[in-house]
Amino acid sequence: MNQTKSALAPQKPLSTERRDIWWLEPALVAIGFGLFIIYATWRAFENNFYEIGPYLSPFYSPKIVLDWWKFSPALLILWVPAGFRATCYYYRKAYYRAYFLSPPACGVGGINALGLSQGKKYCGESTFPLVIQNIHRYMLYLAIAVLGFLWYDAILACIWQNQLRIGVGSIIFIANCLFLSAYTFGCHVFRHLVGGKLDCFSCSQTAKTQFSLWEAVTKFNEHHMFWAWVSLFSVAITDFYVRLIASHSISDLTLIGPPL
Amino acid sequence: MREATLKVFRGTDYETGEFKTYKVPVEDGMVVLDAIHYIQKEIDPDVAVRWNCKAAKCGSCSAEVNGKPALMCKTRMDHFASDTEIQVQPLKTFPLVKDLVTNVAWNYEVNKKITPFTPAKDADWTFFQEDIERVQEFRKCIECFLCQDVCHVLRDHNRKDAFIGPRFLVRTAGLEMHPLDKANRIESLKDHGGIGFCNITKCCTEVCPEDIHITDNAIIPLKERVVDEFYDPVMMLLKKIFGKKQK
Ligand code: SF4
Ligand code: SF4
Ligand code: FES
Ligand code: FES
Repeated sequence: MNQTKSALAPQKPLSTERRDIWWLEPALVAIGFGLFIIYATWRAFENNFYEIGPYLSPFYSPKIVLDWWKFSPALLILWVPAGFRATCYYYRKAYYRAYFLSPPACGVGGINALGLSQGKKYCGESTFPLVIQNIHRYMLYLAIAVLGFLWYDAILACIWQNQLRIGVGSIIFIANCLFLSAYTFGCHVFRHLVGGKLDCFSCSQTAKTQFSLWEAVTKFNEHHMFWAWVSLFSVAITDFYVRLIASHSISDLTLIGPPL
Repeated sequence: MREATLKVFRGTDYETGEFKTYKVPVEDGMVVLDAIHYIQKEIDPDVAVRWNCKAAKCGSCSAEVNGKPALMCKTRMDHFASDTEIQVQPLKTFPLVKDLVTNVAWNYEVNKKITPFTPAKDADWTFFQEDIERVQEFRKCIECFLCQDVCHVLRDHNRKDAFIGPRFLVRTAGLEMHPLDKANRIESLKDHGGIGFCNITKCCTEVCPEDIHITDNAIIPLKERVVDEFYDPVMMLLKKIFGKKQK
């Protein structure tokens, strides 16, 4: 038997025998991310309507004011969540498929990751530039710090004139932080660091504690894609809500406490 | 009785081979493998197909049905609308032998290169369910090689020279996470296994008939172990200072 004679030539880009609408998912992902990126970029550069009363937009938090910095303060902080999401294992899957067609869908011919080296040998994330994705754990550390600030903002969003005040905005802020936490603490790296790296979960008291943590993180990790999308939308909605109030397009409904 | 139309690949190489159309009567509960058996019995006795269990447990009947890698014995005929053709062809990623049979020998060669289970000489063989649960998921693998077939690194880019493929990342994960195993496969996973070639696009997980969460539970945890040893300066420094943790 001649083993090599009939090895199939590599599948041509976008060729497939699939008959379902395989392009729908990457198309929706491409549109969803595209809309978010356009909105976030516009808002980051707008440098206006991001603060009103007890509310500070998550795009601008923590607010860093530097005399010599002449641009929007959002640019000083947005690279953290952007870098965190860009190196997230779920988002990598999503944009490799939707934007880099590597592959566009399963069983559909792809092009080389980044589309830059077509014709050359594919190396995936083993060489520069994509080997940089391995910094994801450092982005996680920074993202947890930023999440801390967002929780602080959410608490401040419930206080006005030194009194407890709950408005629609306060609820949106708290929901946003809950969704962001479900996303951040379901991170694959977090799952690895809290316990996944162990080979034995019962070998010591610390290992047992780590096992419980790992189990808890796994619960969120199993739905990481879901939380990635929910939190992406919730950040945008929170920012948009702040913009509506700050630009006086609508007013924030007070549910408990003094009006704004 | 309802009739299905099957287009089955026939030939011993992709250049000269072609799809042949067959009409097959459909019975309740019938799967694609039954339809192929009908063709063998009633129309073309020389259709080549590999199978053993017809119970989705031996991993022999892997093929591509309407462009999707699948076990023929697990793909029900009532899954397809009655007026559509069902296209059945061999796994694309491996050399063709004849009709629906491919030569998957490369996989067994890859397997031999993985350091086998290595317990300590004086190992205490008591361990607990929570220590072995992760490994049990990986042990469900039936070696159907559907994941190897669909993986674009092997399928589109033909990097069999540098990447062992998802099936063997699953096997490696099962060994690395085993509480009694003492070997370290992380360096070879990076250098010879080519784990960095995987861009976690999850097609292996999508096709696995055993529902093994290949990417989330095997590949990503292994990638993170590689990061610990080779890409994270802080972790590498800590390991230098405190020494490698005993496995
Ligand atoms: S996730 Fe990795 S191993 Fe699985 S199919 Fe995709 S590239 Fe291949
Ligand atoms: S991991 Fe799943 S798809 Fe891959 S060989 Fe094993 S059973 Fe088949
Ligand atoms: S893997 Fe998605 S946030 Fe880390
Ligand atoms: S015949 Fe055994 S898996 Fe299909």
